[in-house]
Amino acid sequence: MTAPNTARLTGLHARYQFTETIRVPIAVIGTMLFPSLSLLFFVVPQPFANDPAAATTATAQLAVFAVMSVCLFNYGVGVAEDRALPWDSYLRTLPVGPSPRLTGRLVNGLAFIVLGLVPLVLIAWMLTAATLPPSRLALTIGALLTAGLPLFAGGISIGYSMSTKAALAVANSLLLPLAFAGGLFLPPETFPGWLNAISMCLPTRAGRDLVVTASTGVGLPGSTLLVLAGWIAITGSLAVWAYRRDEGRRFR
Amino acid sequence: MGPLACTVQATRSYGPVVALDGVSLDVPAGQLLGLLGPNGAGKTTLLQLLAGLRRPTSGTVQLFGGDPRDARRRCRLGCTPQDTGLPPTLRVKEVVDFVAGHFDHPVPTGELLEQFGLAGLERRQTGGLSGGQKRRLVVAVAFVGRPDLVLLDEPTTGLDVEARHALWDAVRVYHQGGGTVVLTSHYLEEVEALAERVVVIDRGRVRADGTLAEVRSLVPARRVRLRAPGLPELTGVERSNRDGDRHELWTADSDALVRQLVTSGVTFRDLEVARASLEDAFLALTSPGSQTRTITKETGR
Repeated sequence: MTAPNTARLTGLHARYQFTETIRVPIAVIGTMLFPSLSLLFFVVPQPFANDPAAATTATAQLAVFAVMSVCLFNYGVGVAEDRALPWDSYLRTLPVGPSPRLTGRLVNGLAFIVLGLVPLVLIAWMLTAATLPPSRLALTIGALLTAGLPLFAGGISIGYSMSTKAALAVANSLLLPLAFAGGLFLPPETFPGWLNAISMCLPTRAGRDLVVTASTGVGLPGSTLLVLAGWIAITGSLAVWAYRRDEGRRFR
Repeated sequence: MGPLACTVQATRSYGPVVALDGVSLDVPAGQLLGLLGPNGAGKTTLLQLLAGLRRPTSGTVQLFGGDPRDARRRCRLGCTPQDTGLPPTLRVKEVVDFVAGHFDHPVPTGELLEQFGLAGLERRQTGGLSGGQKRRLVVAVAFVGRPDLVLLDEPTTGLDVEARHALWDAVRVYHQGGGTVVLTSHYLEEVEALAERVVVIDRGRVRADGTLAEVRSLVPARRVRLRAPGLPELTGVERSNRDGDRHELWTADSDALVRQLVTSGVTFRDLEVARASLEDAFLALTSPGSQTRTITKETGR
């Protein structure tokens, strides 16, 4: 298949997956609005909302949370749902390889991440002292994408290895513990020592530290990049394994 | 011109279960082929092999001269999704447009919906369609890419008579325009109405392969039904069934059989003589212990 054709089909699949997802607004609104509402209710009324560094840090934490919830639900539960539908096996009879479908899904998730981040950034910008100088914008986006990698691969692992019900349960039971212990809701400076020790090993904490450093310029803990790389390797291998196993099962 | 699709000694097992056992089948261009078999006979597995959804455990499967699992080979193929699998939130027009987007010269969506009796439902979400409407939609999308070969798995299950006939007309129009069809059906009437060639599959093997007339001729040509307390010794009866005082007899010469009945003096009533149907042939071919009846005939146009 020629390259432009693949690009066109990728666009087609991304567009229809987006339409399909957005037609069940309640499933999307929660994911999209939860980070913004958290900012609005728990940060904006607080005195530290007037402190640029603290407000920027709080926004960065919730941005990582937004990325995580899309990864767990759009990629994790969404993929598991699709795999259960006979429609998915019909798509494999169309003249299209696996890559436009996979890339389409990736783009679809990114679109929902953007939809979740836009209100968050607007609220932070208008109602708090959070600042992001233009010079840090690209760095922050890069940090957010890097922080998202293990979460994305984790979501894909869940989606391709579990039934819909199991995926939903696992996504729900991972979301809040990873968010709290990763310091996405409360600043990790308030953590007792034992919790901080656990926190430092989590992908969400490493991602949070990376995004906070990129947006505010505070120093990066020495272990962050190592922990992040480790989680990317683990979840990446899991994702590849789960994807291959799934294809293997269907094509056996 | 070679066949559009073929299998050579294709075998497919699911663990210890052999779903298809050494099936060789050619689908020549322009043919309307009916695939018959009881549930679990291997029909769906055969269609899945042809569509590239599964690979054979052994043997080969070719579609348009290549491996059907290569997406390029499927450019001229049309399949039906299962009607339970339509994305419920997408609208009718969106589903058709989406499938059409995979082909170079698709049938315009409005024209296709018109042809399959779905005009006016463009904006309806598929989750809100009736069973019959869903069925028409899934069959319609098989034709949207102007395919050369269409695989229809139970296309009219659950449709009322009128809708079924409308769908048959659409299949006939496509076939008259040079299209090739492989059709499975529970309804022997459907295969009799549409197919030129009939392939009977049972327990993973091809039991019969020939024109409609040839497959029908595998059982004696006439079926004689009557009610009588008992029957004398009759000659020329090739198969018989008895249920209380009801008798069903298959014979090549029903006139001679009726004469024997009359001259024997047996008291019978409700005499019926009919041409043996495809169903009679099908039942004879797929009844247990009928393996030896397997025939294969080269067919083509």
